[in-house]
Amino acid sequence: MTTPLLSVEDLRVSFSTRRGTVEALRGVSLALPAGGVLGLVGESGSGKSVTSLAVMGLLDRAGRVTGGRIRFDGRDITRAGPRELRGLRGAEISMVFQNPRAALNPIRRVGEQIAEVLRAHRPLTGAEARKQAVELLEAVRIRDAARRAQAFPHELSGGMCQRIVIAMAMACAPRLILADEPTTGLDVTTQKAVMDLLATLTRERGMAMLLVTHDLGLAAQYCDQVAVMEQGRIVESAPPAALFGTPRHAYTARLVAACPRRDSTIASLTPEAPPRPAAAPRKAPAPGTSPPGTPLLLEVQNLAKRYPDGTVAVDDVSFTLQPGESLGLVGESGSGKSTVSRLVTRLLDPSGGRILFEGGDIGGIPARDFHRAPQRRGVQIVFQDAGESLNPRFTAFDSIADPLRTLDGLRDGAALQRKVEDCAEDVGLPRALLDRFPHQLSGGQRARVGIARALAIEPRLLVLDEPTAALDVSVQAVVLQLLDRLRRERGLGYLFVSHDLNVVRMLCERVIVLRQGRIVEQGESTRLLHAPAEAYTAELVAAIPHFDPSAAPQAAVACS
Amino acid sequence: MSAATSGLPPLLRHAGWVLRGNPVTALAMLGTALLVLLALLAPWLVPYDPIASNVRMAMQPPSAAHWFGTDQLGRDILSRLLMGARLDLAIAASAVGLSFVVGAVVGAFCGYQGGWLDRAVGRGVDVLMAFPLFVLAMAMVAALGNRVENIVYATAIINLPFYIRFARTEVAVRRQAGWVEAARAAGHGRAGVVLGFLLPNILPNIAVQISLNLGWAILNAAGLSFLGLGITAPTPEWGIMVAEGARFITAGQWWLVAFPGLALMLAVLCFNLLGDGLRDILDPRMRT
Repeated sequence: MTTPLLSVEDLRVSFSTRRGTVEALRGVSLALPAGGVLGLVGESGSGKSVTSLAVMGLLDRAGRVTGGRIRFDGRDITRAGPRELRGLRGAEISMVFQNPRAALNPIRRVGEQIAEVLRAHRPLTGAEARKQAVELLEAVRIRDAARRAQAFPHELSGGMCQRIVIAMAMACAPRLILADEPTTGLDVTTQKAVMDLLATLTRERGMAMLLVTHDLGLAAQYCDQVAVMEQGRIVESAPPAALFGTPRHAYTARLVAACPRRDSTIASLTPEAPPRPAAAPRKAPAPGTSPPGTPLLLEVQNLAKRYPDGTVAVDDVSFTLQPGESLGLVGESGSGKSTVSRLVTRLLDPSGGRILFEGGDIGGIPARDFHRAPQRRGVQIVFQDAGESLNPRFTAFDSIADPLRTLDGLRDGAALQRKVEDCAEDVGLPRALLDRFPHQLSGGQRARVGIARALAIEPRLLVLDEPTAALDVSVQAVVLQLLDRLRRERGLGYLFVSHDLNVVRMLCERVIVLRQGRIVEQGESTRLLHAPAEAYTAELVAAIPHFDPSAAPQAAVACS
Repeated sequence: MSAATSGLPPLLRHAGWVLRGNPVTALAMLGTALLVLLALLAPWLVPYDPIASNVRMAMQPPSAAHWFGTDQLGRDILSRLLMGARLDLAIAASAVGLSFVVGAVVGAFCGYQGGWLDRAVGRGVDVLMAFPLFVLAMAMVAALGNRVENIVYATAIINLPFYIRFARTEVAVRRQAGWVEAARAAGHGRAGVVLGFLLPNILPNIAVQISLNLGWAILNAAGLSFLGLGITAPTPEWGIMVAEGARFITAGQWWLVAFPGLALMLAVLCFNLLGDGLRDILDPRMRT
């Protein structure tokens, strides 16, 4: 066996924090052959990013390599000095970061930025470097490269910026590319295009790639070896087909199960669904079977939102929602899905159309006065980023108690205490956590606080704006199960907004696909996923990275 | 964390942690506390009547009987300093308190609502800022009359623009935050969101401004009386003491001006150093 291009042996990294030393890596070993693609997957805090940063010598000041070895091409670079690292970075190893906009200098033309990387490592004249920069832009499939080289980052889309970052990373033909969540934050269709490009280019140029990602589907599709990390250790490493087909480690099995596939159901996301003595269902009408004569829970007619600068966020959107029904709203960024959720929740004023809630027109009430409307308690919302949607100065208790205080007029005391504790229990939030501040809670716990807050005053319609987008897959699985159970127990109507068709499908009977503020297609969710009528929907479905047991070997072959 | 401190409430424990990491803040806090305590207890601490003159004892240098010496009318400088601290701190605190309350609330509403209110207040603040602020304060006191309240109002008004602008920007960046939308969904109206959610969240950052401002306000009050506006002799006040003492410094009687000047400097220094540490203490996100 030849020496691998990159080998990491028993790497240990510690961070000194206020609470003493924290071990981020506890003996990580991995080997990446020249031209290979290794996926490093794990949930937040597993140490996958720390590993790639340590290889690059980019640990921040609090972090320190306390043991082990990193070898690149046989050379020990564990404690390489700044001079040695400068020679390596860009020329031999380069990095593609998560947020392409943050990785580019906003006040310089992108062509110049690429040329700068070239000139840092090669003796080139300005004109030569500029010419090569344009060639690189062509290589990353940017159309009209000569003109785009003159653009500033803010003039380009997110996907385009990531292509530029990739062009910079490849400028000096490095032998290893570290891609740390290269497509997180990009739309699925863009993600597919960027990943396809990265895979093709690395293969064509014989570069090795270390792909750090939280998305198992993505790793399965693009890597020939996948290592799973948990708490600073690699628990399992295998080719994707074996790893996803027959995971050996319990954590891998849990992770694989939690990752939604095309045939997953809410229940199959966790190996054993937690048997929970469900409270007697208060009212549980089967979705869509309300007695005739019951008004629709929500009816949206020709909804439109135009901004004074001429942007049209939402254009002529109409849909209905029965009591107890769950409707998905899917779209990529800029599709207007979040705008619709805020219009329906009456946090934003529509420019046209009607919003009828239980037969009453609520669209006409100005958003700034809606807090006094009786329907305020009927429509509640769960926000995308639970951390960002909780008041940093409120404890979990205060956050959940807040709507009870304002809308139910409850005063501090035993009644409020009991009610908040009931809500916390309903969403599975331990009582002991109620006096913690948001930053002292984990992502999943914050999501529960956000859900408990929205449910506290017992709304009939719950708008869920990407409630799991910021969560790890295993936490997402639990939160989805929780949402599903709550809906069944309480007969709630859900308007579930998400970019992930696959997640929406599991929770919703019907789905609406939005694009640029307009409805592209709507229909029953399984039908939409398996037999989309519109080309755009089909494209969305195809772009979702997933591991089909049957398809995985082919993907592996395609990558190797 | 040791067992001795774990029983304390989180805020105190957190304050202890911040102060251990910032000895300068701890020192500034100690100095400020001492200053406030001395000012509060001044009527009981002073060894002599700060106003009664005693010409026989005029111009005594520092001694065991008069630690900081006596002035041209034979009044004990230490006693006058302590009583002056009372007045100067009270003026500074009420002026800053006034401009903080008014400025933060107005600025926060401007930042949250935007539109005509924001534009009107913004222009008003621009006009106010266009004047040399100290001259503006002098003009106000001169026009309104030499009274303590008028010094407070003048100082408050010249500080107002900073609070309005600061609160406005701090609120404007948080206006679209998820927790603000959540508050609206929970049934809070505009006033509820601004006063109950946004203001408490910008408080740690404003605390820095407050503490810096206290320093300026003391200088401002002392400066006005130094120029003969506002407080008038024989009331003990640091600015007046400096102004009166300055006449004698050429004759070598340094203690008349040195001690009030030093007191002013220390007070301003303490308040300025206090700011940064205060922000860290007040921000719950810094607590773990």
